Amino acid sequence: MKPQDRIQRRDKIRNFSIIAHIDHGKSTLADRILEKTSALTQREMKDQMLDAMDLERERGITIKLNAVQLTYKANDGEEYIFHLIDTPGHVDFAYEVSRSLAACEGALLIVDAAQGIEAQTLANVYLALDNDLEILPVINKIDLPSAEPDRVKQEVEDVIGLPMDDCLLASAKNGIGIEDILESVVKHVPAPDGDPEAPLKAMIFDSLYDPYRGVIVYMRIVEGTVKPGEKIKMMATGKEFEVQEIGVFTPKPVSKEELTVGDVGFMIASIKNVSDSRVGDTVTHAEKPTAEPLPGYRRLNPMVFCGLYPVDTNDYNGLREALEKLELNDAALQFEAETSQALGFGFRCGFLGLLHMEIIQERIEREFDIDLITTAPSVVYEVQLTDGESVRIDNPAEMPDAQKVESVQEPYVKAEVMVPNDFVGPVMELCQKKRGDYVDMKYLDANRVNIVYELPLSEIVYDFFDTLKSSTKGYASFDYELIGYKESRLVKMDILLNGEKIDALSVIVHRDTAYDRGKNIVEKLKQLIPRQQFEVPVQASIGQKIIARSTIKAMRKNVLAKCYGGDISRKRKLLEKQKEGKKRMKNVGNVEVPQEAFMSVLSMDENK
Amino acid sequence: MPKSLYVHVPFCEQICHYCDFNKFYLKNQPVDEYLELCRQEMEHTISTFPSGPVSTIYVGGGTPTSLSTEQLKFLLESIKNTFPLEADPEWTVEVNPGSAEEEKLAMMQEIGVNRLSIGAQTFDKDLLKTINRDHQPGDIETTVELSHKAGIHNLSVDMMFGLPNQTMEQWTDSLLEITRLPIQHISAYSLKVEEKTVFYQLLRKGKLPLPGEESEAAMYEYMQEKLQEHQFVHYEISNFAKEGYESRHNLTYWNNQEYYGAGAGAHSYTEGVRRVNHGPLPKYMKAVSEKRLPYLEEHPVSIKEQMEEQMFMGLRKLEGVSLKEFHNRFGRQVTDVFEGPVQNLINRGLLEISGGRIKLTKNGLLLGNEVFEQFLLTD
Repeated sequence: MKPQDRIQRRDKIRNFSIIAHIDHGKSTLADRILEKTSALTQREMKDQMLDAMDLERERGITIKLNAVQLTYKANDGEEYIFHLIDTPGHVDFAYEVSRSLAACEGALLIVDAAQGIEAQTLANVYLALDNDLEILPVINKIDLPSAEPDRVKQEVEDVIGLPMDDCLLASAKNGIGIEDILESVVKHVPAPDGDPEAPLKAMIFDSLYDPYRGVIVYMRIVEGTVKPGEKIKMMATGKEFEVQEIGVFTPKPVSKEELTVGDVGFMIASIKNVSDSRVGDTVTHAEKPTAEPLPGYRRLNPMVFCGLYPVDTNDYNGLREALEKLELNDAALQFEAETSQALGFGFRCGFLGLLHMEIIQERIEREFDIDLITTAPSVVYEVQLTDGESVRIDNPAEMPDAQKVESVQEPYVKAEVMVPNDFVGPVMELCQKKRGDYVDMKYLDANRVNIVYELPLSEIVYDFFDTLKSSTKGYASFDYELIGYKESRLVKMDILLNGEKIDALSVIVHRDTAYDRGKNIVEKLKQLIPRQQFEVPVQASIGQKIIARSTIKAMRKNVLAKCYGGDISRKRKLLEKQKEGKKRMKNVGNVEVPQEAFMSVLSMDENK
Repeated sequence: MPKSLYVHVPFCEQICHYCDFNKFYLKNQPVDEYLELCRQEMEHTISTFPSGPVSTIYVGGGTPTSLSTEQLKFLLESIKNTFPLEADPEWTVEVNPGSAEEEKLAMMQEIGVNRLSIGAQTFDKDLLKTINRDHQPGDIETTVELSHKAGIHNLSVDMMFGLPNQTMEQWTDSLLEITRLPIQHISAYSLKVEEKTVFYQLLRKGKLPLPGEESEAAMYEYMQEKLQEHQFVHYEISNFAKEGYESRHNLTYWNNQEYYGAGAGAHSYTEGVRRVNHGPLPKYMKAVSEKRLPYLEEHPVSIKEQMEEQMFMGLRKLEGVSLKEFHNRFGRQVTDVFEGPVQNLINRGLLEISGGRIKLTKNGLLLGNEVFEQFLLTD
């Protein structure tokens, strides 16, 4: 392409993404846009094309980002190149979101006409504003009987400060207002700037490991031009690779001769591990590098840790391989081998957040067919020892003895909860109970309130979402960001089964709530652990002191009476099922403990 | 070679809330046609798997006595005409209290039936209603009397415990009633809630107030004691008999021997293969009328499975499994094949070896499934 053509082409490019709360219709709108821009025929359309993995579809969220190139013939008669960049919708992936937003010049803000703005949406809007994006508000689902577009428009103006007159009205489901949206993108989203002839500067906003091609890098070209055969360099890691193939998704991958300013596409360059193509990193030419990388690169640190153990000890190597494979595709996943007295050989794994953790667990179980025992998640504590040393603890079992501990610090987050007026009481009560410090409360409109608290991350990890949901009848939306460490009065609580300390069940708790937590866990375990041949005491202790106890009664009767008229296979099946059930348990201190028990320290129902 | 025959009559006039056997409402069913096809199946079976004289016959259901006297007569005669019988066979028919009139019983006796299994379940009026039986407590004694009158003197009564809301008092009352009757055999089953039953649905909704593990165990222990006082020998986990009146037919299963099966949903074990007949009537009837054996499943039992079954069935008998018989049959020692499990279970006090037999201990009886499970070998 001639330099002049590149400039001309650049001016016809519009890069945008869609910001929406779960269920507000992002995927449906994306589908409609794909249809309208004739990116693919109806028949080729799988519903909600952008959500690739089954798991994502089931959870209704997008985990992997994708970018699609579309051509749109606008009312002005010109053809425009759209790059629609998908963003994940969960707080665990806030950094990825910020990078995919950074690859855009504009964003469609989708707000449900009945529900209004949600906390998560707001967090992403702020991210978009941080990245100087032009925001086009779209009120979706206007044809719902419960739709209140005027109220929601007002909210958009009051809360975000976007003039209500700018709001577009649409129903993605029924194809209403889609053209207006596309015209608005042409008109309001700025074309990219940047010099196609300058040294290459491309930002990685995602990458994906493909077993045949190696890592597929998703990137946005900010300056310069890149072609196959060229040597490139990752600026953060310093690693160099040769470009094998570049292209765009339409959404099918299509090879191109070059990617230039404004383009959003993929690159394949014999990269073996996603940690060599980190989100936020800048790609440049190895021979003629750019002077400065793009701003905003950050290395992701796991926030939540837990132990993953195979139920069947023979699966240990399989689990290692599974984690290694997942790591290829997930730079944020960390793991190292660990041994538990109770659970044997396993791995301590670090995740961005709870959702990230659950996704990894489920993928291991589903894609690799390994049954897992997961220990309760823990945050990373900073412990100052009496000898002046300080250590970081991500596994409660490793917390030093109380007499050696000078002080303990734990990570805190700033949490924003958006909730209808009626639920302010319950939310504040919950935040207080979770050791929160009140920061602020703002009325968004006559009915909606934004409540801000500083909360220990460990409390968020420990059943905050569920309790919030149930105490606000599902109306609350919630978001948080890490703000740093604070000192807390924390102690390690151990759980004993049959008199034996079970390391995998140890938790770090606040001194003031230890008694309740202990009682709760003990009762929960009593319910979850099936009766054994002998009576099993269940105890919670801090140091040597027992703070809660309960007893699992001995099994009295387990025998099949019925004759089944010669149906032996039925008896066999029943016994096999019983045996299989036990195989899924861990023998700990001579007690058969089911998997759920190891997570039981996490969840509880305080109302019971 | 099989020496036992089971024949299934899948019809009932009323469906009990706990029952998940293969059964259908009698009304509007092609009963006569079914009985004719059952006869054909038996003929087909015996020509495919010839046998010597049969030593036990068990006609179960469903409710065999829901058939008319004529229909039942046709079935019993078909059996008699098809299978050669040993000199002193045990021939049992299941009987529902209230559905066996004198005439029917006399006919049965005349053909050769010499044992009845009477489905009493409980003597408590309310509990009978709870489980949806269609008889009254008084019908049980009447049926026992009529049976004796008809000349059938070997009587077994089925009882159930662990029923919804059942109290210990109701259970002791039922046991008192049963020990007063002139009968030789008692089967006592604790309720097991199976899928596809009314009770299962209730349980899922949390509306089935079962007495619980402790009560069930107490009921079982009380029964053991009470029945022994009345000279009933506890010879299998759920079965008690006056000396010499153990169910020969059921011992076939527990001793892991072969048996014929006929009728919809019936099970059989011939020439080393366990088979299950089609349960639904149309499927069963279509197969037989097309001159096919109506098998839904066939499973050749491997040596490993045979050894497992010898144990988990045999251990149901209080006398346990003979070490010598096991060795004669498989050429291997129980204690070698099941070395780990046997040691583990002896240590846990659930199993014992004495007098050349391996058997459940008193504790083991109540925890039989914990024991049996251990005798499934891993591949």
